[in-house]
Amino acid sequence: MNDMTPLSADVLDDDQHGRPLNLSRRGFLGVSLGALLLGVSLPAARARAQAADASIAPGTRIRAFLEIRPDSTVLFRSPFIEGGQGIFTAMAQIVGEELDVDPTQFVVEGAPPGPDYLLIGGGRFTGGSMSVRMSYETMRKLGASARLMLLQAAATRLNLPVAELSTDQGRVVHGSSGRTVSYGEIADAAARLPVPNDVALRARSDFRWIGKPVARLDVRDKSTGKARYAVDLEVDGMLHGAVQHSPRLGGEPGLLANEAEVRAMPGVHSLHRLPGAVAILANSWWRARRAVEALQVTWTEPAAGTAHAMPAAFSSDAHMAKLKATPGEGVVFETFGDAAGVLAGAQHVIEATYDAPYLVHGQLEPPSALARWNADGSLELWVPNQAPEMFQAEAAKVAGIAPEKVFIHSPILGGFFGRHFLYQTANPFPQAILLAKAAGRPVKLVWSREEEFLRDTLRPMGAVRFRASLEANGLPAALDAVAVGEGPTGRWFGRQPDKVDSSAVEGIAGKVYAIPNRRIGQVHVDDPAIIGFWRSVGHSMNDFFYETFFDEMADAGQQDPYELRRLLLADSPRHKNLLEAVADLSGGWRRGPFTAEDGTRRSRGVAMASPFGSEVATIAEVSIRDGEVVVHDVWVAIDPGSIVNPAIIEAQVASAAALGLSSALLEEVVYIDGIPRARNYDGYSILTPERMPRVHVRIVESGAPMGGVGEPGLPGVPPAVVNAVSALTGQRIRSLPLSKIDFKEMQG
Amino acid sequence: MDLTINGSQHQVDIEADTPLLWVLRDELGMTGTKYGCGLAQCGACTVLIDGQATRSCVTPVESVVGASIMTIEAIAEDPVGRKVVEAWVSNQVPQCGYCQSGQVMAATALLKQNPQPSDEDIAGAMVNLCRCGTYNAIAAGVRHASQA
Repeated sequence: MNDMTPLSADVLDDDQHGRPLNLSRRGFLGVSLGALLLGVSLPAARARAQAADASIAPGTRIRAFLEIRPDSTVLFRSPFIEGGQGIFTAMAQIVGEELDVDPTQFVVEGAPPGPDYLLIGGGRFTGGSMSVRMSYETMRKLGASARLMLLQAAATRLNLPVAELSTDQGRVVHGSSGRTVSYGEIADAAARLPVPNDVALRARSDFRWIGKPVARLDVRDKSTGKARYAVDLEVDGMLHGAVQHSPRLGGEPGLLANEAEVRAMPGVHSLHRLPGAVAILANSWWRARRAVEALQVTWTEPAAGTAHAMPAAFSSDAHMAKLKATPGEGVVFETFGDAAGVLAGAQHVIEATYDAPYLVHGQLEPPSALARWNADGSLELWVPNQAPEMFQAEAAKVAGIAPEKVFIHSPILGGFFGRHFLYQTANPFPQAILLAKAAGRPVKLVWSREEEFLRDTLRPMGAVRFRASLEANGLPAALDAVAVGEGPTGRWFGRQPDKVDSSAVEGIAGKVYAIPNRRIGQVHVDDPAIIGFWRSVGHSMNDFFYETFFDEMADAGQQDPYELRRLLLADSPRHKNLLEAVADLSGGWRRGPFTAEDGTRRSRGVAMASPFGSEVATIAEVSIRDGEVVVHDVWVAIDPGSIVNPAIIEAQVASAAALGLSSALLEEVVYIDGIPRARNYDGYSILTPERMPRVHVRIVESGAPMGGVGEPGLPGVPPAVVNAVSALTGQRIRSLPLSKIDFKEMQG
Repeated sequence: MDLTINGSQHQVDIEADTPLLWVLRDELGMTGTKYGCGLAQCGACTVLIDGQATRSCVTPVESVVGASIMTIEAIAEDPVGRKVVEAWVSNQVPQCGYCQSGQVMAATALLKQNPQPSDEDIAGAMVNLCRCGTYNAIAAGVRHASQA
C-alpha cells in the first residue's frame, strides 16, 4: 500500500467501507432502484443530491433517511453524528418503534449535507445535547409514515384492503389468512407512493423499544477494532500528511534551515508551506511526521492586525489576573427583585470571587482530514465534524468551488465533547484541501497529539464575582453575580455588545432557587486564546461557581446546604423532588465529616444544575489521601422529562461525571509567553482509572418537555466535589483544579 | 524485516526505529490499533508482544522481529480475547470506542496471565486512558470475562 501511484481518475469505485459510495447519499426506499442508480453514479449527480433546496421541509422526505434493503434490514442516515453518545442507537429505537422494525435490524450512518437534515432550528449540528429532543417527534412521524406506505404497497401486492393488514417487525401481515410479505419485498413499490400527510403515532404504553435499555448498535465493532474513524480511512493513491504549526497563532513560516535534508528523508513526497504551518507529505504518516518535526523553521511575527494572533506576552495567569481586576457590574442578563438595593442596605454581606482555567477537549482520536479532488473538479472530504453543512460551506470557500461540489463524509467520532465544530484554525481540513490540490493526489492529514494541544480550541477561562446578603434568620436575601470573560457562542456566532452571550453566564443564570432579589450580569473581556465549546459549555464552570458559593451562603447563615436548597425549592416541586431523589439514592443526606467503614474521614457535597433542558441533582463523597482529594461515590438524579434509552442515559451521566471530575481535580491549560506548556497528556493530566468513583444514577421522568442527556451530568460534579472537600477540610476552595492545592495538612 | 503478526508472516521494508504502531497502520493497513498520544501515555495503541500488553507507539519495529505480535484484528481467534469481547458487549463498555481496542488488548493480556484477577490486579493492569470515562464498565467487563 501507499505505493505512490497517481490519482485514479475513477472516482466511482471507492471505498473503505467496501460498498459503493453513492448508496450513502442517494435517498430512496428500496434497493433495486438503488442498484439501478449505482450504475450511473457520477459526482455531478451526487452534487444534485446534496444541493440545497429550500422547498424541502427537513425531516419529511423519507427517502433521504431510510433505505429498506431486500432482507428488510434498514439503512438509516442520521442527521446527527455518533461520537460515543449513543445517538445512532437512539435514532434506530425511535424510527424502528414507529416503522415496526427491531433496532438491531438497523445500520446507521451519518447523513451527508442536505436540506433534509436541518432539524436544529433550520440548521444542523450535533451538540447542545439536542439531537433526540429536537428530532423526536419528526423521527417518529418519519417511521410511522414509512410504515403506512409499506402497508399500502402490501395491500396492492396482496390485493387486500389496507384495513385488514398490520405489521409485525419488518413484515406486513394479513391476520385472517396468515399471509405475510416482508418489507424488503415491497420497499421499492412503497417508495413510489406519496408520503402520507397525517399519521397516527404509537401509544406510549405500546412502546417496545423507546424507553427501554436497548443495546447499542456499535458496541461489537468498537470492541473488536472494526469501527472506523476518520483517522483510519484510506483511498487509492493517498499521501499521508503531517504539519508543524507556528508556535503562536498568526506566525508564518519563514526560513527553512534544513529544507534539502528534510526533502531527502525516507518516504518524503513533498514539502509545503501553508498558512501558519509547514507540511510534509509522505508515503506513511510516521515518515511525514518525522520529517516535518525535523524541519527547522523560523516563524515570522504575526503581521499587525492579524486576526486572533497570539501575543508573545500572553500568559494564562496574567489573563486570569486581568479578568479578576476588570471592574463593574456589566450588562444585566437576569434580574429579579432589587438585588442592588437590598445589598446596599444589608447588615450581613458575603463576597467571593471564583475562577476556572482553560481546558482542552482531549478526545483520544487526533483530528484528521482526508481530502480528494475528483476528476470533475469536485472535492471529497472525510472529516470528523459535528456540523456537515457548516464544514461544506467553509470547505467550498477554501477550495474556491461551489458548496454543492464539496462532498462531506462524516465518520464516527473518537470522542468530541465539542471539539469538532467549525473552528477554522482548529480544523485540519483546510490544510488537507490545499495539500491535496498542491500534490494532485488525495491526502490524509493527521495532527499529532502535540499539534492538537497547540491548536485545539479551549474551554474559556472564567471568573465570577459574587455578593450576597443574608436575613437575620440566615436565609439569602439578595444575590449579585458578575461573570467576567468571553463565551464561545458569541465568539463563533456573533456577539452583540449590548447583550450578554448566554454561554458566558449559563449556570449562574437560570438557577432555580427562590432567592428574592438577584441580578446576574456579565463583563465582556476578549479572550486572546481561540475558545470553543466544551462539554456542557458555560455550565461546565458556572454551576461550579454558583453552587459552591451557595454553600458559602449556607455556612454564613448557619444553614445545612442540603436543607437550604430544599427550603428554597419549596415552591418548585420538580426540583425539590429531584433533590430528595438524589439524597435518597445516596442513602439519605449527611454532610459529615464522618468516619467511613474503612476508617477514612469523609464528607459529602451536593449541587444542582439545570443544563440543556434537563434537571440534575448531584451528591459526591470525598476523603483526602496523601494530600489529594479522593472521590469515592457520585450520585446523580437526572430528570430529562422523558427518555428514549435508560442504559445510554446512565452511561452518558457516568461519562459526563468522569469528565466533570477530571476538570475539577486535574485539568488546567497553562500558557506562558504565548505558548501552551503542555503538548501531550504527560503535561496535562486527565482522569485515570484509579481516580474514577462509583457513579450511581437515578432517572426521574417528570413528564416535562424532553431535555438533553449528553452534557447535563457534568455541571453538578465539580461543585458537589468541592463542597464536600470544603465540608471535610473547613477550607473554602474558589479556584480549579483541586490538584493546585496540597491537602496534606488536612488529612481526615 | 520479518514480523509475525496474528500468526502470519509479514515482510516489511522500513526504517528499523519506526514504531510498530505505524507499521501496523500504514504499512499493513491494520487500523484497529489506534494512535492517541505517541508517548505511551494513553494506551490506545496497546498490542500483545509474546502475550505482554505493549504500547506499540513507542516500540521500535526492529525490537519485535521474531516475537509473536497479536493485534485487535485477531481478537476473535483467541479464546481469551473472545471472552473479553463478549464481556465488553454484555457490559456495553464502549462509548466513542476509540480507546477500546487498546482496552480489550490490555484485558486480554491480563486474563491470559491471571485468569482470576482481584480488583487490585484489575486496577493495576487496566491503566489505559478513556476520555469517555468508561472505567467502571471496563473493570466490570474484565470481572465478567474472568468469570466466563
